[in-house]
Amino acid sequence: MRLGIMTTHFAALVVLASLVLTGCQSFHREPDNSLYLQLGERAGIADVVEDLLYLIVDDTRISHQFKGINVAQFHRHLTDQLCELSGGPCEYAGREMRESHAAMGITNTQFNALVENLILAMEENDVPTAAQNRLIKKLLPMYPDIRHL
Amino acid sequence: MTRFSSKRGAVIFTPLLAMGVLAIPLASADIGSRLWATGGVTTIEGSAGGGLVPWALLGSYASDEEWGGTVAISRAEVDDYTLAVIGASLNWNNRVEVTFARQTLDLSSLKQDELNQDIFGVKVRLMGDALYSPWGQWSAGVQHKRQQDFTVPEAIGARDNGGTDVYFAGSKLFFAAMFGRNLLVNATVRGTRANQGGLLGFGGDLNNNYEFMAEAGAGVFINRQWLLGAEYRQKPDNLGLAPEDDWWDLFIAWVPDRRLAVTAAFVNLGDVATLKDQQGVYLSLQGSF
Repeated sequence: MRLGIMTTHFAALVVLASLVLTGCQSFHREPDNSLYLQLGERAGIADVVEDLLYLIVDDTRISHQFKGINVAQFHRHLTDQLCELSGGPCEYAGREMRESHAAMGITNTQFNALVENLILAMEENDVPTAAQNRLIKKLLPMYPDIRHL
Repeated sequence: MTRFSSKRGAVIFTPLLAMGVLAIPLASADIGSRLWATGGVTTIEGSAGGGLVPWALLGSYASDEEWGGTVAISRAEVDDYTLAVIGASLNWNNRVEVTFARQTLDLSSLKQDELNQDIFGVKVRLMGDALYSPWGQWSAGVQHKRQQDFTVPEAIGARDNGGTDVYFAGSKLFFAAMFGRNLLVNATVRGTRANQGGLLGFGGDLNNNYEFMAEAGAGVFINRQWLLGAEYRQKPDNLGLAPEDDWWDLFIAWVPDRRLAVTAAFVNLGDVATLKDQQGVYLSLQGSF
């Protein structure tokens, strides 16, 4: 009987310990912001987005899709979006991806062009290869929304 | 013994090159929009892929609103043979790839001088995008092969001097998969009767039917200019007099720019036409437009 109680206590302790250990990790640890740091935090991301906008303007494959945008607002929104996505302390306040791209009819050619320009902009800002790849990986789930598939 | 441009090779390659140069202004002024190195390189059979295995990727950089093409010259120098290949491809909208390749196997160690084979290929992207689709890109293709010098293949038991391979391939690029590097994985299944890819004819005394062969390739992008990887290609064994082994290679590809790709590899072709354990180096240059 006493052994039974001890076993129960021990089991409870194990459960508690595992709850504390995993709980600490999932609830109390800071979110993984290593990518955000590798991108140079919000200022670094803002520089990448600025260079990206210059590349877009010069790219006849996609520049027409950006005609008439509010450049300052677009820059702020995209910077916040990439900041949030990379684990930074920002909040994207722009429109939902599927909605904002609905009427644009974006082709794979145009999507590729944008990814190319993003990579070139990151290279211009000396973002390491691994961080470039990690950011694109995080952007991939948006592909069907942007392409409206 | 380096005869880099055999006379016949030069005769065919020059018009191909001219075609490529002429095609540049015909195609859009810019090269295609797909990302660097995502057209693969030209295989020894002309289809886009690695060196030995066709992948689901289509050649050149044409995306869904673009034309593109490639020209390539390749050479494998193994212990007793030299294989020279020239190839060209056109890609429409990243949907259909049409290819041509001419292979010349130098047989100076056997009686006959050389074996030639022409390969006409078509590959269609059925669905998906290797980079952006979660389930990758899936393509199907055919390679119609015409062996031009049938004396030796016939003497060792090959049944036909022509044949058609059919294949189904899947390719997927996994972003940031290993130490933040992108990983490209490919699997191919091929139905074939070809002996040594067709250079030794089709069918034979041991087997004369289509068989399914498994092929695979994988590579890691060190950065967007360098791809390091390996390939494996299972092969039939139709000829009693000339047992055949599976092929494999270790490759490194350098893509400094969309217009140029340089591939170097260590290749192991196993036993070829009675000569044992053929290993050596492979080098390929590809230009895209």
